[in-house]
Parts: sequence; structure tokens; C-alpha cells
Amino acid sequence: MDQLQNMNFFVSLVLIFTSAAFTDNILLARFLGMCSCLAISRKVDTSIGLGSAVIFVTASTTALNFLVYKYILLPLGIEYLRLLTFIVIIAAFVQLLEMIIERFSEKLYYTLGIFLPLITVNCAILGIALFMLNKPYTFWQAFAFGAGGGFGWFLAITLIGGIREKTKENELPKGLEGPAITLIIIGIMALAFVGFSGMIKI
Amino acid sequence: MIPGSILFSIGISVGFLLITGLILALLLILAEKKILNYGTCCIDVNEGEKKLQVPGGGSLLSSLAENEIFIPSACGGRGTCAYCKVQVTEGGSMISPVEEPYLGPEERKNQVRLSCQVKVRKDIKIRVPKELLSVRKYKGKLLHKRPLTYDIVELRIELLEPKTIDFVAGHYVQLESEEYDGNDRVMRAYSMSSPPSDKNHIELMIRKVPNGICTTWVFEHLKEGQEVTFSGPHGKFHLSNTDAEIIFIAGGSGMAPIWGILRDIKEKGNTRKATYFFGALTQKDLFFVDELTKLQQEVPWFKFIPALSNEPANSDWKGERGLITDVVARHMPDCSKNEGYLCGSPGMIDACIKVLTKAGMTEDRIFYDKFA
Repeated sequence: MDQLQNMNFFVSLVLIFTSAAFTDNILLARFLGMCSCLAISRKVDTSIGLGSAVIFVTASTTALNFLVYKYILLPLGIEYLRLLTFIVIIAAFVQLLEMIIERFSEKLYYTLGIFLPLITVNCAILGIALFMLNKPYTFWQAFAFGAGGGFGWFLAITLIGGIREKTKENELPKGLEGPAITLIIIGIMALAFVGFSGMIKI
Repeated sequence: MIPGSILFSIGISVGFLLITGLILALLLILAEKKILNYGTCCIDVNEGEKKLQVPGGGSLLSSLAENEIFIPSACGGRGTCAYCKVQVTEGGSMISPVEEPYLGPEERKNQVRLSCQVKVRKDIKIRVPKELLSVRKYKGKLLHKRPLTYDIVELRIELLEPKTIDFVAGHYVQLESEEYDGNDRVMRAYSMSSPPSDKNHIELMIRKVPNGICTTWVFEHLKEGQEVTFSGPHGKFHLSNTDAEIIFIAGGSGMAPIWGILRDIKEKGNTRKATYFFGALTQKDLFFVDELTKLQQEVPWFKFIPALSNEPANSDWKGERGLITDVVARHMPDCSKNEGYLCGSPGMIDACIKVLTKAGMTEDRIFYDKFA
């Protein structure tokens, strides 16, 4: 922890980003955000759409929640309300974002906007906001942590989407079709991601 | 006694949550007013035939409905029935992922869209079939609701506002259910079984669909004397202008348009030959047998053939037995000069089309209304 504070500012951001994306992958190491991942990962296109929406939302809500936690919850002594507060803030933020995108970019709305309502209830986003509190991050470090976590989720769902697209036509035993084989794929990928563990320690 | 410090922290938490909730809600309401405000948009129908000024932001389907143009829709604007297709020639924006599966390449070329998925964000130009502009919203009073079988009722509705309706026998209306038990208002399509000459009444036959929002409302909540609303007339199902001998095939509430057409033919003194195959499971699914047998005796051009597919072998039923498709095949070995009019479930219609084409009928002589 002390290293983090003494390190060069940018190096620390890069390290936090990489560790959040790879060693501590929110989907493959913590198994959060599983429901939307199972539902949407049938094709690479849609996986990328949902994944990019998640990156954007995690990065911005983690930063927003960091500010709310540090400047409102802590001074008032009501940290125990963090769960409720974070949920409400994420939901409101996503709603607002959807409206803005719908108004200003039709193209973006159809590639990204339609996934936003799905994200409101994505536990990965709440998870990242809560894990952010475990470390003594500064504002920009919290932002990097959120962006990294979102990128990790994006990476995981895109890879899963790729595998599912390739294996779509393969014959499977009846009991393994659909979500079952997807969970097995995710499990094997999680094993592969264990290879990253220990690479960065912060 | 509760210590003051606990009361204080409870107060702070409740107050904090309350204030956060209020601020965020206010923010969202303001944002919706400011951001999603598209001002007034103009919908141009059929190159200037009608020009509508509507508040932007709503779906094309609902904006048109508010201005008394009723595009048929069975799912109520959720993008699942694909009935509400219209041509949007300008200002239609991109095809949304919800619409994608319902639009073929030919339709995309013609700029056909699902009007429930198109949002009116700017001035928009659309083209709709002319008869849709004559579709109106009607208010009526339910005169009677009488059971025809254990799961089919007949509704007779007197028109109040407007007082008369002009339609072609075989067409349908969209009946609007009222809110009940947390279900929203929905619109569902039902063919009119009354003849067009009866201008200030309509009759509908409605079969109970298990858990169906509209049919449950009809069966359990709708009372005689109650006011009902519907829009219409819609449809392409009606007799052609030829002399070809007619084969009607319908089961259950699919009889509605055919009963209307038969009464219409009789009133007009037409002598075009017609045979009606009525498919049902057992005797208790049959209805109007007396009326149809009587019609058969009165006029020389009509033949009525009811057939039961699931009647116990030892019952007193003397008529035809077996699947309706087999019965049709037995009676009509050569259909090459006939025209087929079908009404019923998609499965039954597809099966009948197979039998009729096998007996020599070309597909352009088969007319049907599929009611899922």
C-alpha cells in the first residue's frame, strides 16, 4: 500500500488499471456481472456494445461514487449507507446517460444506448464501486480502478462472445446447451486468467 | 428510552436518503423535460393528404392514434407482432435492433418500418394504405354477451359515437380492454360476424385464451350495458369479385368473419356456390349448427359440413369425423376452380393451405386471416 503512494502518479494509474483488468478481473475472478454476460454474450458485436457501455459507466460511476463517499458520506459519518447510495446514484446516472445519448447521437444510441437499461442492474458496476473503497485510492486512482474493472469485464465478455460464436454450430449433449456450456467456458477462461495472478501486487 | 445518539444517527440516515432521492428524482424529471423535449413535430401522411402536429418524443404509432389514425397493432406497441408496419419516407431515423428481425430486404428498400418503434423526433413523412385513414375510433354499448360454447362468447355492441360503421364483410375491429388487476389497456383484433347492412351494430365472437389479457377482461369483467371502445374497420379478408365456387374452412371463433360473409351473400341475393367446413374437437365445441343447417335448407347454393376430430367413437354424432384437413380432402378432390377462405390458428391455416394446393388450388386463390 505504501508503495502505491510513493510511486510515480502515472505508473500507479497504469498499474491499478492493469491489475483491475487482468489480475482481479471482475467477471472471471469475482464472478460478478454474470447475468447480463450470459444473456448478451451470444455474438461478438453485441458483446462489444454492452462491454463498451459497461466501461463507460463503471469509470464514471466509480469516480462519482468516490466523490460522494469522500465528501458526503464520510464527513456525515454514515458510511454504512454506501450500498444504498451507490445503487441509487448508479441508477440515476445510467438513466440520465441514456437520455443524453438518445438526444444527441442516434448512432451511439442504437449501438450503446439500448444496453444501458440492462446495465442499471449489473452487479459488476456496484461491485467495482464497493471494492474501490477497500484501498486508499485518490480520485484519479479510483477512476483508473473503475475504468480497469470495466475494461476487464469488456475483455471477458468479448472473448466469451467470440468463443460462443465459434461453437454455436457444434453439437452438444442436450443438458449442456446454452447457459450450461457458457458457464463451463467461463470457468475454463477463469482458470486461464489465474495465470495473471501475482503478476502485480498493489 | 432510546439514547439520543442513536436517534440522531437514524435521523441523519433517513434525512440523507430522503434528500438524495429527492434531488436525483428532481434531476431526472428536469432532464426528461429539457433533454427529451423535441418540440412540436409535423407528421405528413400520404404526401400532404393529412398533416398532423404532434408533440415530439412519442412513438409514431401512438402519435398517430392520438390523431385518430389507427394502424393495426396486436401487441400494443412492444415490437413483437409486426402488424403496425408503415412506410416512413422521411425522418424515420435508423432501424432499431428490435425491428431488425421483422423487416425483409424488400421492405427495407421500401422504407417500411414498425411504427411502434419509430420515435417522432423531427418532421416525418409517412405513407399508409388509404383505407386506414377511414379507420375511426368507436364508442359503443354492450347489448348482450351470450355464451356460444363453454369457451366462446358472442358480443353484440350498439354503436353510440359515431352511430354507424361502414365495412366489408370479413373485416375486423380492434377491441380495447380496460385496466383491471394491474393489467394495462390492450387492443386485440376480432373479426366482425355481423353483416355490413346492420350499420349501427357489430357482433364479435371471442374465444377465451388462457391468461389472455383482453379475453380474460371480456369473460370476467365486461358486463352487459357497459361502454366499450374499439377502432376499425381493418383487414384484407373479404370475398373476391369472381364467380368461383367458395370453400370456407374455419373452426371455433374463426367462424366470425365467415358468418358475416354468409349473411352478407344471402342479403345481396348472390348465388355463388359455397361450402363451409367447420372443424371442432367434440360436440360441445360446435355452435350455430342450427342456424347454418337452416341456411343450407333455405338456399340452394350453400352446403354446411361440420366435422369432429375428437368425438368419442360410440357417441350419437352422425356427421363427419376426422381432422378438418382430411374431411376437406375427401369432399373436395379437385379444387382447381375454387377459392379458399380460411380463418383460424396459424397451424390450422398452414395445414389447410397444404391440402388445398395439393388438390389443385393455386396460392393466389387462398385467402386467410391468421389469428395467433
